[in-house]
Amino acid sequence: MTQLGTTPSQTVGPYLSIGLTWDDGVFVAPKGTPGGFWIRGRLTDGNRDTVPDGLIETWQADPEGRFNHPDDPRGAVAPSVEGFRGFGRSATDANGEWAVHTVKPGRVPGVDGALQAPHVDVSVFARGMLQRVVTRIYFADEEAANASDSVLASVPAAARETLLATPTEDGYRFDIRLQGDGETAFFAL
Amino acid sequence: MTETSANAVENPTDRLALPRYLRDAEVHPHLDFEGYKSTALRHPKQPLVALPHAFTEITGPLLGEGRLGELDNDLTRQHAEEPQGQRIIVHGRVLDSDGRPVPQTLIEIWQANAGGRYRHVVDNWPAPLDPNFTGLGRTLTDDQGRYTFTTVKPGAYPWKNHHNAWRPAHIHFSLFGRAFTQRLVTQMYFPDDPLFPYDPIFNSVPDEKARQRMVSRFDLATTQPDWALAFEFDIVLRGSEQTPFEDAHDEDEE
Repeated sequence: MTQLGTTPSQTVGPYLSIGLTWDDGVFVAPKGTPGGFWIRGRLTDGNRDTVPDGLIETWQADPEGRFNHPDDPRGAVAPSVEGFRGFGRSATDANGEWAVHTVKPGRVPGVDGALQAPHVDVSVFARGMLQRVVTRIYFADEEAANASDSVLASVPAAARETLLATPTEDGYRFDIRLQGDGETAFFAL
Repeated sequence: MTETSANAVENPTDRLALPRYLRDAEVHPHLDFEGYKSTALRHPKQPLVALPHAFTEITGPLLGEGRLGELDNDLTRQHAEEPQGQRIIVHGRVLDSDGRPVPQTLIEIWQANAGGRYRHVVDNWPAPLDPNFTGLGRTLTDDQGRYTFTTVKPGAYPWKNHHNAWRPAHIHFSLFGRAFTQRLVTQMYFPDDPLFPYDPIFNSVPDEKARQRMVSRFDLATTQPDWALAFEFDIVLRGSEQTPFEDAHDEDEE
């Protein structure tokens, strides 16, 4: 079969908030969900300046490690948490801060069949970025699972901690640094 | 395919196949593109780490009708009166690179008004704002991957990237596909725009043929007499091939 060429990526530009913000975008799981917490972070550039015109999107399994999606080969299942969407979307504010309200994802199998550590896939969009960049949130308090995670192990050791969200009063903190010292590990997929 | 055996839940490596989404390496711009100044501090300098396509990557949010308002696909009817400018119909299909339609996927668009100004606090160049134009549209593709928007043709506008810098007229498109791997944000351009040779964002795409895939086609057949011009814009997302998951070939087929 002839392969069609794919459409190239382009930047979201500085006015992405016109098209890409939703009132309920930050709620991966509804407010008041038992076990719910916030993941908050700051997006910064190579000068450590904040990025006020960025967008963070997150995608994750439910607490049972399942997806309500026909391509999950185990079958689509309704989420174990009521109102759980799996998807979060937060524009950055004037201070480069973003946040999503969610629940801890369960463990899902990797390509080798072994269970991965709880993780959230993340896309970062901004003016000045011609494509999104992709990273992953792991949880610093999942030490045993993290130690056996093959994706985390594939990240150079020095950068591994940039993928760990650290516990805070109301959840976790996950700062994203696009460039320079402490640059977040990003993935090609 | 709604039934899931208990065995599959306990041992998900049995008889599973995962799609693998093929990357078109020549198509996408480099994150570091000299002509576009804002890339300088916003591109990672470390090599990207390969992320295998497993469950999180081959699934994605399925966002349906709940995200849409009644007039979201008609940007000319969202206010008391019609916006200024040339009315246009923008339509096309969302396909994957294997030519399969991508049905029921959310498309979000945003754009400047006919004068080239965005309804946004940061946009303060002195073109008039249009009280009857927000510049936001949403729709879902149908079962054949088709979509349609009615809007006005956006104007070109200046930006501060370099001396006498003007963006070609464009509409921003955001697409989800059905997998995290297929997520795409792009821009639709209009045919024969004189600004193409001077725009680093358009020219950040290294391959000429790929660049042309961002340019819509004037479509006389869909143009509505005495009403609106039409442009056709097909969008191609990454296609997938099924690959066996673990030792699928060793399993007895049902």
